[in-house]
Amino acid sequence: MKRIEIRLSGSGGQGLVLAGIILAEAAVRDGLNAVQTQSYGPEARGGASKSEVVLSDLDIDYPKVIYPDILLAMTQEACDRYAADLQRDGILVVDGRMVVKLPAVQARVYRPEITNLAQERLGNRVVANMVALGFIVATTGVVSIDSLKSAVSDRVPRGTQELNLKAVEAGITEAVRWRENEREN
Amino acid sequence: MARVNTRTRFIQGNEACTEGALAAGMRFFAGYPITPSTEIAEILAERLPRVGGTFVQMEDEISSMAAVIGASLTGVKAMTATSGPGFSLKQENIGFAAFTEVPCVIVNVQRKGPSTGMPTSPAQGDVMQARWGTHGDHPVIALTPFSVLEAFTLTVEAFNLAEKYRVPVILLMDEVIAHMRERVELPGPEDLEIVDRRKPAVKPGEYYPYDVEEEDGVPPMAVFGEGYRFHVTGLYHDAMGYPATGNPRLADQLIRRLVRKIEGRVEELTMVDEVQTEDAKVVVVAYGSVARSAARAVRLAREEGYRVGLFRPKIIWPFPAPRVRKLAARVEGLIVTEMNMGQVFREVERAVQGMAKVDLVSRVDGELITPVEVLTAIKEVY
Repeated sequence: MKRIEIRLSGSGGQGLVLAGIILAEAAVRDGLNAVQTQSYGPEARGGASKSEVVLSDLDIDYPKVIYPDILLAMTQEACDRYAADLQRDGILVVDGRMVVKLPAVQARVYRPEITNLAQERLGNRVVANMVALGFIVATTGVVSIDSLKSAVSDRVPRGTQELNLKAVEAGITEAVRWRENEREN
Repeated sequence: MARVNTRTRFIQGNEACTEGALAAGMRFFAGYPITPSTEIAEILAERLPRVGGTFVQMEDEISSMAAVIGASLTGVKAMTATSGPGFSLKQENIGFAAFTEVPCVIVNVQRKGPSTGMPTSPAQGDVMQARWGTHGDHPVIALTPFSVLEAFTLTVEAFNLAEKYRVPVILLMDEVIAHMRERVELPGPEDLEIVDRRKPAVKPGEYYPYDVEEEDGVPPMAVFGEGYRFHVTGLYHDAMGYPATGNPRLADQLIRRLVRKIEGRVEELTMVDEVQTEDAKVVVVAYGSVARSAARAVRLAREEGYRVGLFRPKIIWPFPAPRVRKLAARVEGLIVTEMNMGQVFREVERAVQGMAKVDLVSRVDGELITPVEVLTAIKEVY
């Protein structure tokens, strides 16, 4: 497997660092090497935030993302800032409500309404990060869904496993819907 | 596909550092939390009491360094962890530890300075401060891990060196290594060599704490409270540890012994990873997180046919000048890559003494140097 680079971007408080850790832990469960790094401002909430995951079955030297194969943008600002870095024919997942202006990129673009889904289906926008993970994993197959679910169970705070797993499921369901739409078009 | 064994973990550099410290036998931590080192204090606050250790959050960095010295004098392996501004505050007491020969470990997770700088951004601007941050000639050892695994192994090494030579040892991490998570298999207790300080062989009444009979220049260290009487002062002192400031001969002997204790052992204290340097025309010198970028650049350059290698010091102080000099004698150029404006670059130049061309790739905007930046420099120099 070649090096795969994933960047999860948005703003502080959206749980992107946690999402990156879980994605990387799922990859480790799949027997891959994984490195997760992050960059954020001094604020606890707000401000630009990004979490990066590099996967490979070989040793990983440079730990950061250079040209993401997969980019998640949870805000317009993040999308504007990072879309140009996308690997040619990479995958761009944006929050369809938060990102209204799509940049011109040569990529497969998905616009699930991630935050809105979290609010409507689970009554809690805090789990938007888990919806995003479910969507990304189901769409790209970058890690196995089983590993993703067990990584989620192990990492989220006790007592919130069920909510978080439901959010992952909601993301997977949404990915299936997008795939079916793609086929029809 | 490889199965995940029970020792496989996915942890941060900061967490690996705490695991290394506990494995080395550290049982006392005093500190004042500061980004990007905070996780070390957080984790140890939870872990130390469970193993009978002590965690103290002090009122500031000055007092936490003092508490670490006091704890170590009672025979406990002690450490603190901080970042830039806190490292500045600890300097006076680091000098006290160096002069009174109290073993201890200081973790400095480098962030972008000077001053408060950029709290969440990486840098390597404290290399010279680790060597010369406290006033006066003094001995010090500093290590620079480049991976989560090394955050563990070099923390163990830091305690071993501190105990062996009775010096403060600085673990000079950077924000990338501290916050980065990666898959590691941590060594078990059976794989580790743990060093404890040498205790006096004589009876309490015959003990002279700073009387060096041993050839290695490291006096045995009694545990405070076990009946051995000794005095500890930051003034120039005699064999009993009492002030002796009016004695030029004794002052000269003391400071020369202390500095020689470490500087006289450069060869023994050289810990370097050399990759593909045997046939190299140009060698990249890098340490800490930047060595990850350099390793990739060297690999990419090799794929394009460039004869390049990587020279990565794990112990940065004392500086491995003899090894750099040997390398310089057989290569045409050295490229130093670092997230500061040339602190190790000048050390390399000094070691090379004109035998090879030395260039610098420097980045000081709070971002990690990229492999492409290093690769471009390789092609320019080659």
